[in-house]
Amino acid sequence: MEKILKFSSTTINLANEDIDTDQIVPARFLTLPSKEGIGDCLFYDWRFDKLGHPIEDFVLNKPEAKNSSILVAGNNFGCGSSREHAPWALVDFGFKAIISTSFADIFKNNALKNGLIPITVPEDMHKKLLGNEGLEVAVDLDNLKLETELGNSCSFSVDPFSRYCLMNGIDQLGYILSQELEITNYETSQ
Amino acid sequence: MNSRPKTLFEKVWEQHVVVPETLDTPAIIYIDLHLIHEVTTPQAFTLLRENNLKVRDPKKVLATMDHSTPTVPITSLKDLDIVSEKGPANQIRDMIKNCRDFGIELYGFESDRRGIVHVIGPELGATQPGRTMVCGDSHTSTHGAFGALAFGIGTTEVAHVLATQCLLQRKPKTLSVNLTGNLNSGVCAKDIILKIVGDIGVDGGTGHVIEYRGNTVSSLSLEQRMTICNMSIEGGARAGMFAPDQSTFDYLENRPMSPKGDDWVKAVNEWSNLVTDDGAIFDKEVDIDIDALQPMITFGTNPGMVMSIDAEVPHHNGSQSFKQALNYMKVESGKPLLEKPIDVVFIGSCTNSRLSDLQDAADILKDRKVDSNVRTMIVPGSQAIKAEAESLGLDQIFKKAGAEWRESGCSMCLGMNGDTVGEGKLAVSTSNRNFEGRQGKGSRTILASPKTAAASAISGVVQDPRIYGDK
Repeated sequence: MEKILKFSSTTINLANEDIDTDQIVPARFLTLPSKEGIGDCLFYDWRFDKLGHPIEDFVLNKPEAKNSSILVAGNNFGCGSSREHAPWALVDFGFKAIISTSFADIFKNNALKNGLIPITVPEDMHKKLLGNEGLEVAVDLDNLKLETELGNSCSFSVDPFSRYCLMNGIDQLGYILSQELEITNYETSQ
Repeated sequence: MNSRPKTLFEKVWEQHVVVPETLDTPAIIYIDLHLIHEVTTPQAFTLLRENNLKVRDPKKVLATMDHSTPTVPITSLKDLDIVSEKGPANQIRDMIKNCRDFGIELYGFESDRRGIVHVIGPELGATQPGRTMVCGDSHTSTHGAFGALAFGIGTTEVAHVLATQCLLQRKPKTLSVNLTGNLNSGVCAKDIILKIVGDIGVDGGTGHVIEYRGNTVSSLSLEQRMTICNMSIEGGARAGMFAPDQSTFDYLENRPMSPKGDDWVKAVNEWSNLVTDDGAIFDKEVDIDIDALQPMITFGTNPGMVMSIDAEVPHHNGSQSFKQALNYMKVESGKPLLEKPIDVVFIGSCTNSRLSDLQDAADILKDRKVDSNVRTMIVPGSQAIKAEAESLGLDQIFKKAGAEWRESGCSMCLGMNGDTVGEGKLAVSTSNRNFEGRQGKGSRTILASPKTAAASAISGVVQDPRIYGDK
């Protein structure tokens, strides 16, 4: 896995609240056998019309979306289905972070395992970002700090273990496997 | 002895800690039973193959096919290419191969144990009090009805559990939902959980495990508890739980995978301790009055956008999402949904496809006809429920009424297998999610109980089940 320390990008907005994973990747695309190219399905039914043509004013179809790796979204992003296809598609499209005021639990867990950072910010910062789409925002995972080009900044938190894995490009499975002795001891004690 | 009073959740959690949580690392918890299905496992098996890993304990994996599985009869795999699209058909073939390659028993097309994963677990007695259970499916919360700690995980975590039988987890907080009073006639467990999700909101339970408590609980059947736990995730909660009681033990006794003989006696003794101690503290508490509860329906595009069946669609709260939801649903603030014409009724899903749900629907559909403009599809939760319903003649009631009676599966709940509501069409559905396009592209969904769904099928409009003299 790629190591993630710092990155910066302009933002794009999807201000809807409670965006569910059925919107992020509709169920009919869950039969894809791998993660490759799944970004094409991202927000498919919001992004394309009935004939499959891009809906021009949807944010992911705007030219600036191509260069953005930070999505600013409404409260409770990623609720609903546990499908990991949601973070796979966001990553495949090019996102590295989602900024919101809160995230659904399963989505957050899934995102952190795929190099996608869910960043919870206070409401005032959220409003600033939503009101200034396209701002350059720097995300510093090492110092847990987010800063806009206007000089506004805030700290954020990421589960320390997930952060360590992201910063060092470590897969979490390796850590569980390294606890083999403890697992065997637990099994024997049952 | 440790004297601090503990919640049911804490007791189950503590019994499964392999490596305790620290500031730097989450706990490693042991998973007693891993449920798998065809949709959220292919990439997990790929990960095992790439890393040359085995499944640690195939006997602790319960595998079935439900999500992309057709609900028309299949006699051989060759039929798949006739009834299914290429994607779902390949996914089913991959599931069969993956289970064979990794030594996991699969309840496939030839098995009379096949069904929706959250229906067959309890039915087989695999779901037991005090167990930790996970599945790559958010509705795993269903199994908490038995006092299991059960929750949905992503595909990477599916691989973790396959390889190690363990999961990395931070300990969640606890939320007590106190239910008081009794269900009125025509009101179902589905109405209870819709009311709860409406009250706490779709993120009200985020970071929490719910325990359902209060004087209503002892009168609820295990089927009703499953419906309630199932939709705990719609309130954002990781899991929902009921403390096991005599009803739980009665349900589980003599199930194929339940303990037998002396082991049964020992198990019931242990399970009886799985209650929240007096004085245990929850991080949050919510009270719900069941006496006052009416049949509930959703009006928007998430399960928290809910109202009593005779209410008017609430006024705009100013948010962009609310406006978009009403536009999508083609409903107007200040107007009721009662008597609104519908196109489809779906009775099924891991929320409401058990025998008691089918009986609720049959009580209303008996000797009546569904409206000729309404496609009514009834999908049992498992092949065993299908057989049981047929032995009671429920299938005849449904067919005479003009409803379709299918093989088991997730079906129109998420429309992966070809069963969809249709573009722009309006459904009254007993499933769990009314998200935009959830039941197929362009579908519009009103969530409701099996009674409300059956009444609506007959009327051809959103209908209050109580007008059909519901018992």
